[in-house]
Amino acid sequence: MVWNLANYKENVAVIDETGKEYTYLTLSEKSDEIASQVKSGRSLIFCLCQNEIGSLAGYLGFLNHQIVPVLLDAHLNRELLGFLLDTYKPDYLWVPVTMSGEFTNCTTEYEVLDYTLLKTKYTHAYALHEDLALLLTTSGSTGSPKFVRQTYKNIIANIESIVEYLELDATERPITTLQMNYTYGLSIINTHMWVGASIILTKKTLMQKEFWDQFKAYEATSFGGVPYTYEMLERLRFFRMNLPSLRTMTQAGGKLLPESHRRFAEYAADTGRHFVVMYGQTEATARMSYLPWQKSLEKYGSVGVAIPGGKFSIIDVDGNEVSEPEVTGELVYEGTNVTMGYATCGEDLGKGDEWHGRLFTGDMAKFDSDGYYYITGRKKRFLKIFGSRVNLDEAEQLVKSAYRGVDCACSGVDDKMYVFITDGRKTEEIRRFLAEKMNFHSSAFEVMHIDTIPRNDAGKVLYNKLGKYFQK
Amino acid sequence: MTNMEKYIEAFTTSLEIDASQLEGLEYQGVTQWDSVGHMSLIAALEEAFDIMIDVDDILDLSSFEKGKEVLSKYGVELS
Repeated sequence: MVWNLANYKENVAVIDETGKEYTYLTLSEKSDEIASQVKSGRSLIFCLCQNEIGSLAGYLGFLNHQIVPVLLDAHLNRELLGFLLDTYKPDYLWVPVTMSGEFTNCTTEYEVLDYTLLKTKYTHAYALHEDLALLLTTSGSTGSPKFVRQTYKNIIANIESIVEYLELDATERPITTLQMNYTYGLSIINTHMWVGASIILTKKTLMQKEFWDQFKAYEATSFGGVPYTYEMLERLRFFRMNLPSLRTMTQAGGKLLPESHRRFAEYAADTGRHFVVMYGQTEATARMSYLPWQKSLEKYGSVGVAIPGGKFSIIDVDGNEVSEPEVTGELVYEGTNVTMGYATCGEDLGKGDEWHGRLFTGDMAKFDSDGYYYITGRKKRFLKIFGSRVNLDEAEQLVKSAYRGVDCACSGVDDKMYVFITDGRKTEEIRRFLAEKMNFHSSAFEVMHIDTIPRNDAGKVLYNKLGKYFQK
Repeated sequence: MTNMEKYIEAFTTSLEIDASQLEGLEYQGVTQWDSVGHMSLIAALEEAFDIMIDVDDILDLSSFEKGKEVLSKYGVELS
C-alpha cells in the first residue's frame, strides 16, 4: 500500500468542479472497491485520465492494490492508443463513462464515479516484475511505445522528499493545472494525498473564468505550472489578481526564461508567497532538484540543488566528474527515486532494475560557486512543447512514415518545432498532421520547405545548418 | 473588409478551422481552441480591431457568440 487514505478520515480529500467534497474515508472506500473489481489480481490496466474524481480514485486504488496502471491522456490520439493496446495487451481499461462505447471488443465490469472498468480480451499477457508499480510515458505524443518503469519504492521516496522540501501539510489546497497522467501533475496529487491535504480537481484551464472562480471559492493555496503556464499568467496580468488564499507557486517541466523567473520571484517576495522552481524527469519518478524559495530571487535562472536524499554530479566528455564551478557537462543524478528503466514492449514489463539508482539526465548543466545548478542545454535531440518532452527523431519518423518520398528533418526551440521538408506543397498539411497526431496546438509547429535536407557524406543530417532558419 | 469578416477571420486563422464551424462554437469545442489557441485568438482580435482586451473579457470570451458581446464593449459593432 502506498497511501493510507483512511488515516485522514473526515479530512476533505477532493473538491470537484461543482464544489462537491469527498472525504478521505470516502475516497479510501471507493478506491478499494474499484480495485476489488479487478478479478485477475495483479495485472496491467490502461487508465484514460482526466482531472476527475473517478480517474483519481481508480489510480489510487490500483496502486494501493498492486494493480499496475499505465496513465494516459483521455484524449490521446486513438490510433496511437490502439497501437499501445496491441503492444502491451492490458487486462483492463479504466475509462470515462462517456468514452466506454468506443471499446466495443471489451466487456463492462463495473461503473462508478463516471468511470467504467472494462475487461479486454487479454489476461496476464506479460509477466510483471514484482517491483513494478506504475508506467508513465515520456513523450507518448509521438507514438513511441516507450514507458518509464516506476517502483513502489521510487514513488514513496520521491513523495517523502517533495513533502519535506515543500513543507506540505494537511492545510494545503492545490488546484490542478496539469494533467494527472503527466509526471509533474501526478506528483502534486501523490504528495498531497500523502499529507491529507485537499485537492481541487478541475478540467478547466487558466483561460476560463470558471477556473478562477473555483480558485477563489475553494481557496486554493498552490498550483504548479510549466513555462507556458507562466507565460499565460503574465498575459492574464496575474500580478494584479486578488488571490488571498495563494501561498505557493511551483514551476517545472522546462526552463522558464530567466527574466520571467525573476518577475515571479519578485512578485512572491513582495506578496509574502513562495515561488519554487524545480527540475525533474519521469525517469526520476518526478523530481530531482528544487530552488529553495528563499533563494528564488538571488539565484533566478537556477534549478537549485538536489532534493533531500538525492545527489547531483556533472560528468565531462571524458566521463570524469567535474569539481570546478562554471564548467559544463552532463548532469547525472543519484537517488532512490531513479526508476528501473524503460519498457518498449510487453516483455520489458518483466525486467528488473537497469539503472541502479543512477540517471544520466541527457541535460547539460553547470553549478556555481555556491553549489546551485543551472541547466545550459541538452545532449539529446528533444524539445519541450508546452511542458511535454518531444523527441525530434521520433517526430521525423512520424512524418516520413506518413508521407512516403518526403524527406524531413526536425529541429527548433522549446514550444516551437521547426520541421523542414522537401515537398513545398505539403507544408500546411504536415503542420496539421503533426498537431493532430501529437495533440498540441498547431502554433507549436512551423513547417518550412527547403530544396534538400543538408547531410554529410555518411548521410547524417547536419542540424547545425538548419539553425539559421529559426535562430534570431 | 467588414468588422464581421475581420471577426470571422480572426477565428478561422487562429483556430485553423472553417468558417462553417463557427456558429455555436465554444471554448474547447474543437481541439485547436485550447488555452494556447485562446491566446492566439485574443492576439488576432486585438490586432484586427486595434484594441487591448481586459483580463476579465479574455476569460469571458468563451464562445463565438460571446465574443461579439465582448467586442461591443470596445466599440466594435459587428452587425
